[in-house]
Amino acid sequence: MKEIVEQLEQKRAAAALGGGQQRIDTQHSRGKLTARERIELLLDEGSFEEWDTFVEHRCTDFGMEEKKVLGDGVVTGYGTINGRMVFVFSQDFTVFGGSLSEAHAEKICKVMDQAMKVGAPVIGLNDSGGARIQEGVVSLGGYAEVFQRNVLASGVVPQISVIMGPCAGGAVYSPAMTDFIFMVKDSSYMFVTGPDVVKTVTHEKITAEELGGAVTHSTISGVCDCAYENDVETLAMVRRFINYLPSNNREKPPFRPTPDQPGRMEMSLDTLIPDNPTKPYDMKEAIRKVVDDNEFWELQPDHARNIIIGLARMDGHPVGIVANQPMVQAGCLDIKSSIKAGRFVRFCDAFNIPIVTFVDVPGFMPGSAQEYGGIIKHGAKLLFAYAEATVPKITIITRKAYGGAYDVMSSKHLRGDVNLAWPSAEIAVMGPKGAVEIIFRTDIGDAEKIAERTEEYRQKFANPFIAASRGYIDDVIAPHATRKRICRSLAMLRDKQLDNPWRKHDNIPL
Amino acid sequence: MFDKILVANRGEIACRVLKTARRMGIKTVAVYSDADRDALHVRMADEAVHIGASPSAQSYLLKDRIIQACLDTGAQAVHPGYGFLSENSGFCEALAAAGIVFIGPNTRAIEAMGDKITSKKLADEAGVNTIPGFADVLRDAEHAVEAANQIGYPVMLKASAGGGGKGMRIARNDAECRDGFARAANEARSSFGDDRILVEKFIEEPRHIEIQVMADSHGNVVYLNERECSLQRRHQKVIEEAPSPFLDKATRKQMGEQAVTLAKAVDYQSAGTVEFIVDPKRNFYFLEMNTRLQVEHPVTELTTGLDLVEMMIRVAAGEKLPISQADVRIDGWAIESRVYAEDPFRNFLPSIGRLVYYRPPAEDEHVRVDTGVFEGGEVSMFYDPMIAKLITRGDSRDEAIAHMRSALDRFIIRGVSCNLAFLSALMAHPRFVDGNISTNMIGDEYPDGFSPEDLPHEDPAIIISVAASIVRRYRDRAACIEGQLRGHERTVPSDWVVVMNQEQHPVSVVPTDGGCDVVYEGRTLAVRSAWDFGQHLFSGTINGKEIHVQLERRNQVYRLSRGGSQSDILILTPRAARLMRHMPVKAPPDTSKHLISPMPGLLVSVAVAEGQEVKAGEELAVLEAMKMENTLRAERNGTVAKIHFQPGASLEVGDTIMEFE
Repeated sequence: MKEIVEQLEQKRAAAALGGGQQRIDTQHSRGKLTARERIELLLDEGSFEEWDTFVEHRCTDFGMEEKKVLGDGVVTGYGTINGRMVFVFSQDFTVFGGSLSEAHAEKICKVMDQAMKVGAPVIGLNDSGGARIQEGVVSLGGYAEVFQRNVLASGVVPQISVIMGPCAGGAVYSPAMTDFIFMVKDSSYMFVTGPDVVKTVTHEKITAEELGGAVTHSTISGVCDCAYENDVETLAMVRRFINYLPSNNREKPPFRPTPDQPGRMEMSLDTLIPDNPTKPYDMKEAIRKVVDDNEFWELQPDHARNIIIGLARMDGHPVGIVANQPMVQAGCLDIKSSIKAGRFVRFCDAFNIPIVTFVDVPGFMPGSAQEYGGIIKHGAKLLFAYAEATVPKITIITRKAYGGAYDVMSSKHLRGDVNLAWPSAEIAVMGPKGAVEIIFRTDIGDAEKIAERTEEYRQKFANPFIAASRGYIDDVIAPHATRKRICRSLAMLRDKQLDNPWRKHDNIPL
Repeated sequence: MFDKILVANRGEIACRVLKTARRMGIKTVAVYSDADRDALHVRMADEAVHIGASPSAQSYLLKDRIIQACLDTGAQAVHPGYGFLSENSGFCEALAAAGIVFIGPNTRAIEAMGDKITSKKLADEAGVNTIPGFADVLRDAEHAVEAANQIGYPVMLKASAGGGGKGMRIARNDAECRDGFARAANEARSSFGDDRILVEKFIEEPRHIEIQVMADSHGNVVYLNERECSLQRRHQKVIEEAPSPFLDKATRKQMGEQAVTLAKAVDYQSAGTVEFIVDPKRNFYFLEMNTRLQVEHPVTELTTGLDLVEMMIRVAAGEKLPISQADVRIDGWAIESRVYAEDPFRNFLPSIGRLVYYRPPAEDEHVRVDTGVFEGGEVSMFYDPMIAKLITRGDSRDEAIAHMRSALDRFIIRGVSCNLAFLSALMAHPRFVDGNISTNMIGDEYPDGFSPEDLPHEDPAIIISVAASIVRRYRDRAACIEGQLRGHERTVPSDWVVVMNQEQHPVSVVPTDGGCDVVYEGRTLAVRSAWDFGQHLFSGTINGKEIHVQLERRNQVYRLSRGGSQSDILILTPRAARLMRHMPVKAPPDTSKHLISPMPGLLVSVAVAEGQEVKAGEELAVLEAMKMENTLRAERNGTVAKIHFQPGASLEVGDTIMEFE
């Protein structure tokens, strides 16, 4: 017995060293932490329960039977973040470059299966060179096993991927199917094919950072939701982020007390909308001043900036925020912004997070680039997402709500629960000038007449009253009372029950 | 007394005048331009009249519009504030013709004092000390040299019509004098359309000290002692105080009496200021007389206990001065800081935009805030960038300074850059604290402008303990979240490491009633505060000593500022702190050397030229897209190398508008 215990301790010590001190030092010299160090920073101190420390690979080809490392390149288990349970896997780059073997995949699948059973989030810390080539197709099978679980867990428990090193080839598809991707700047990258293959096939010369670094994915592609400076900051932020999410789709998102009064008035919002309807303003000011403690967690802040998405709390309860941003492209909807917001709306709906939408949208972005890119189907994604969502939906129209984009942005017609408008709201088919040029086409040469008609149209339609008279707007509110009105509406909707008809699944225009 | 008066001004001074009028029970009328539709002075007045477009030449300077506004509203008198029409004799005459009282001096005094040559002659005749100089306009360069030799070098050549430093040259010998004359005349011609040049003795290390006078229409004149306004940046006053730390009783009396003599010489009525230049030996010389209420009048009010605006109104209504010279006292010390919407770190570039947060410190017996803006208001490009005056009063100068430092720390302004950090740095500057100032001080002490390195050193323990207690609050709250594993709830540890300037400081933070006890380097700091989440200002005490720290939270970093200095702080667990040393120290990101069009649109304007140096945040170009104007700004300092598009060009996403070196 004593011998066994001694052996156990030796084995644990060996496992803790992963690929050995030399590789750990190399990992550190690259500005990266080891798999276990990362878990330490992610979880509450001392809360980690490790599983499968003693798992080893079963490969016997290419001399692999001689090279075995306990744990086989991934550390798995569970622990808590602020006392709430999460499951974790953390790939160990010091062991075979973090490559995925059959046994490595099995360890990941085990925690995912358990997380599904008990209803807790899965956080994956990715740092892997890819498939364990020595294992061949067995490794590919391992990936697919993980993919399958990602899909089954989708919408059941939150899944967060943190990319903290390489993630290339087929490996990218596991994070791609999780709910959120966090990346570390300068030390992580994701791509389906790396720079070497790109060069061979297309003769394009590009660095790994340019092709798939955190900056690329958080600005151009939108693959990355949040990017931070280093491992320490990234893990601290994941800890903070998880506070917004419920543990599974049967729970409500977690309440956390706030000193911020739900009835707090923000007088400065009364002057947020400029007199000149073509002058932009920062919608984020409205968001920050309305939510609890001015704390707004923006997702994808540098991608498709014409729409803002993110999480916040109101009255202590998490809410998802979607808002047009007049500062960028006048806040119009285009392909990227529709995809960005559509996916976020579906996430919120899947996890019982109420959606608060701030609307100032002049319409969809015109142009051949958009049409050829399929704005019809991409724009429909956002429309579809709002229409199918059954969580509480609150909409504030701050200024423009024109045309089809009005319908899309959580309108009353898409089962918006509470739709409010600021006095500056203009709910109409289009702006006065455009409308008059169509309705009074024959007068187009007569500048005076057009001006007169435009003014007439403005008087009639450039206000919230027509929409309010139809009940499309529940009330016109003073901007300074926005927080109070949203908090009260959310309280009213806390036990909202609404079900969509039974079906195998819907057919969103992907 | 008047039933209704109109205030022909805007901003803080309009608000300040309105306050007194209201207190006196007089109805008030404000006037406003397009840009000021929602301004504070419009909100404060009983009535408001729109008088024109945003540029002041099309609104606040339009005499006829203002007189019409008086007639329309039945205002019996006009208070002009300072600037705009306050020293415009034509306006006074027009008002008189319309039967409206001008709350200020008579036309003759304004005209006499408005001209430098006339005013100097008048002062000479009245026996006021004037700078040794040549009383007449110089004919030519040789005449200038002759006059300069009579006076003795160094001399100052200056435009008769001048102001603001334009058309001024210092000469230390004949050659410089000849050259300076030509240059000053040229500049004067182009700036003022008047090339008359004067010469006078140049005073080294001068102080600017001015005497406030107040006169009624019955021939009574008193002086309300002095204000020292030596702290100036490019001839613009930054900090003023009363009394002056430099004057003695005898000098004060002499200056005051001479100011009264001068006022009497022009039958002065209302408030006026006689400006003197004072040399290091306390010789004083008449500079000019301002025939209006001065910006810095509050320091006089706080040390004399008088309301100058009320006195102006009463005098204008024909009342006698309520006091005689014997009643005038100096009670304590008052200091005024001018809060400008300008970025001290970017060469004091004016800043405009929306005041996202604007919370001046609360007014009390020690703090007065004269403000013309409000949270959610707009700082417009059309007017003076001074948005507020912060005035503090103490029994002694040190006390007034201490109150000012605290008040500056508590002043919250976001959305628009402002000079609060610079003001705090001045308040802590040893030369200011010692009263060893002159009009050259700011130029001498900050020759290359103001930079974060100029900020006074902080006691790190204060910032560290405040940061630690704030973070403790956040972590304790996070531990209150719903849905924790029962029996395995989060307990927040007490040991943390504060990282400031790459240095790690271990601390232990224990929450107590009303705050935290922070153990740092063996000493316990009792941090007590009512601060709550989301607040920008942490006010409280450390070991009983009052402390105010402003706070920004961005990701993991807490940015704390106090006393004009700013620290970025990270708080880690001891384990994370140890691992932190593996994290790479990154150079500031090399943002692209191109300005890329962020969207398809029309290039409306380009604000810079090739070869021009730009500072981060400076406007580069305006792009119109979706009928919206978007201002593109420099992301960092640099020089424009090439501009690829001209206004009117139609741009695609990703087009390079300009390149930097």
